[in-house]
Amino acid sequence: MLLKLTCLVPLFPLIGSIINGFFGLKIGKNAVGLIACGSMGLSFLTSVLIYIGYILLPEGQHVFEQVVWTWFGAGDFSVDFGFQIDPLTLVMMFVVTGVGFIIHVYSIGYMHEEYSYYRFFAYFNLFASAMLLLVMGNNFLLMFIGWEGVGCCSYFLIGYYFEKKSACDAGTKAFIVNRVGDFAFLLAVMYIFNVFGTIDFTDVMHAAPETLIYGGEIVTIITMLLFVGATGKSAQIPLYTWLPDAMEGPTPVSALIHAATMVTAGVYMVVRCNVLFSLSPMTMMVVAGIGGLTAVMAATIGMTQFDIKRVLAYSTVSQIGYMFLACGVGAYTAAIFHLVTHAFFKACLFLGSGSVIHGIHGEQDMRKMGGLKSHMPVTYWTFLVSTLAIAGIFPLAGFFSKDEILYHSLMDGNIIFWGMGISAALLTAFYMFRLVFMTFHGESRVDAHVHPHESPKVMTMPLVVLAGLAAVGGMLGLPLIHGWHILHNWLAPVIHFDLASALEHSEHMLHEAGRHAPSWAHLLEPKEHNLWIESGLMLFSFVVAVVGIASAYIFYIKRPDLPDKFTKGQWGFDLVQNKYYVDELYDEAIVQPTVEGSKLLWKECDAKAIDGAVNGTANTIGWFSRQAQVFQSGFVRNYALFIVVGFISLLLVMF
Amino acid sequence: METVPLSHYLMLSATLFVIGIVGVLIRRNVIVVFMSIEIMLNAVNISLIAFDNYMNLSSGQIFSFMVMCVAAAEVSVGLAIIIALHRNKPTVNLDEFNLLKW
Repeated sequence: MLLKLTCLVPLFPLIGSIINGFFGLKIGKNAVGLIACGSMGLSFLTSVLIYIGYILLPEGQHVFEQVVWTWFGAGDFSVDFGFQIDPLTLVMMFVVTGVGFIIHVYSIGYMHEEYSYYRFFAYFNLFASAMLLLVMGNNFLLMFIGWEGVGCCSYFLIGYYFEKKSACDAGTKAFIVNRVGDFAFLLAVMYIFNVFGTIDFTDVMHAAPETLIYGGEIVTIITMLLFVGATGKSAQIPLYTWLPDAMEGPTPVSALIHAATMVTAGVYMVVRCNVLFSLSPMTMMVVAGIGGLTAVMAATIGMTQFDIKRVLAYSTVSQIGYMFLACGVGAYTAAIFHLVTHAFFKACLFLGSGSVIHGIHGEQDMRKMGGLKSHMPVTYWTFLVSTLAIAGIFPLAGFFSKDEILYHSLMDGNIIFWGMGISAALLTAFYMFRLVFMTFHGESRVDAHVHPHESPKVMTMPLVVLAGLAAVGGMLGLPLIHGWHILHNWLAPVIHFDLASALEHSEHMLHEAGRHAPSWAHLLEPKEHNLWIESGLMLFSFVVAVVGIASAYIFYIKRPDLPDKFTKGQWGFDLVQNKYYVDELYDEAIVQPTVEGSKLLWKECDAKAIDGAVNGTANTIGWFSRQAQVFQSGFVRNYALFIVVGFISLLLVMF
Repeated sequence: METVPLSHYLMLSATLFVIGIVGVLIRRNVIVVFMSIEIMLNAVNISLIAFDNYMNLSSGQIFSFMVMCVAAAEVSVGLAIIIALHRNKPTVNLDEFNLLKW
């Protein structure tokens, strides 16, 4: 049976990582690249086989679980090392192995000049393995292992150029900021075990509507903690500051880890726990609010940056904000849809920027680019397709996924969420085309001694594939025609929250506790799918995207003097360009006090109190020893005297 | 026939033993100290033989033989140590060998 192959999917990259990590220097660069890409390719093919196996499952069975072994047990508590195959996992598996494979191939070209080529691929494969563990684990703890594993690999790869101080700092920052979120996630897992007595996804999601009261404190605390975990990994307010700095790593790392897969782990986790989140309207408001706010804020910062990778990093933060906005209004399918399309076009954008950086010998400042269109045509056209996709131009992938989110944020949320979404869409179209125009169009501002050149085939082919996916990926979810939304039908078994019965259970539980249940009747009113509103919104957001592009065209092609006029000396612009001084604020409010407090503890508590106690004990014993040392004079006759005196006193005592 | 009573032997033995102890404690010459140790051993031998005769046993004689054997071995080792010491430091003054301490 094909589903038996499940455990091989994360195993292949793990084996690849071990071989490359231990023997990479001996077997040579070609073999390293072959092993790394081969293991990812095998993983992808296995995923396809598993997909076929899943389709062949009997009618009505939507989850396949494979328990490899019982990981540990203590009393009632036992954790299986098991995998779970369901529609959501399959989607994520295809994204991770598919996009991962393409980016691995690209890395062969991009990293070719590096000495520690093997180290890069060892970490890269290890990351893929951990990410697959994250999306395939059948319980919270296994997910947490993957969660920590990807964080660890992210740290390794951000600090890949470890001889550079800024890269080391960025790695440390990413690790520590993530730690905050991870801690909240772990607390949530403990609380879930406390409430349900199990941490298995299927059991928890099944029991949740019957155990937890709708809108009760318990479910709110659990989901809030989970969401804090998600903000750390997925770079949302208030823990987003690490992601822009993470661009210190090599560009394929930014593409795979900090755009396509790892940073979307938070979204995956929220969708995986959609039953819990749906039970807490308060958390849903927070999720949507944080998501919308992050989308707008990151987009504004993205408009003012000049480092090509940083613009894309803020764009990533902003797009993940979109996904959380979708989760927050209950449109989980839309979130996953956007996750998938975003993985396509953002991976393509990052790889394209890597190709640009490669072609002009490591320059990342957009002010020193321009006019590269003729020098690197493949990079330009693929980049343009992905940019159109992210800006939301019909009929590319981003158009459909973004519009679905906007539609749901208006219909299931409110006008404020929609407003945040649509303004982020406008800003996205603007800053992405600002990037394209500054990089590829206009006069060349490249340094005179640099001769831009197109990247080798091994790098451009992945770009073409990803651009193709970014162009047609929207077909997964054609929204207008009923029943054509493939992804929605596909994910339906995972997102099966039944509000009516959950409310009934909650009412019952509140009744038994002697409390009065609030009126929930308005929640159950059916919402109809209004075709006119949806197509109207689509048209509107299309216009908004075009307006964004047109204004970027005016600012950066027609009248290149305009941006300076608008920005020079404006305090508002300075505020945005300095990223709202959030980094400085965190530095003052959290980092410095921590460092100072630690110094105080070190000097006062550690050096004085603890060391003092230890040294004091030693000194006291030393003092006694010095008193006793007079007896050990070194004169043999003295010792003989002691023996005699001792013997005589013994005799006296005995008789 | 009047025999010498046991107490006389024991007095002799005790006197010799104390002479040995005092010799060990107050003399500095390493050879003399060594001789004093031999005197102590022989003082013990006298008391062993005396008790043996007094109680009509034979174990006392065997004991004293044992002591003599050990003493002979001890003399050879002891003299070897003294020679080794003398090679390091041309003196027989025991108080000058005082390095072995804290």
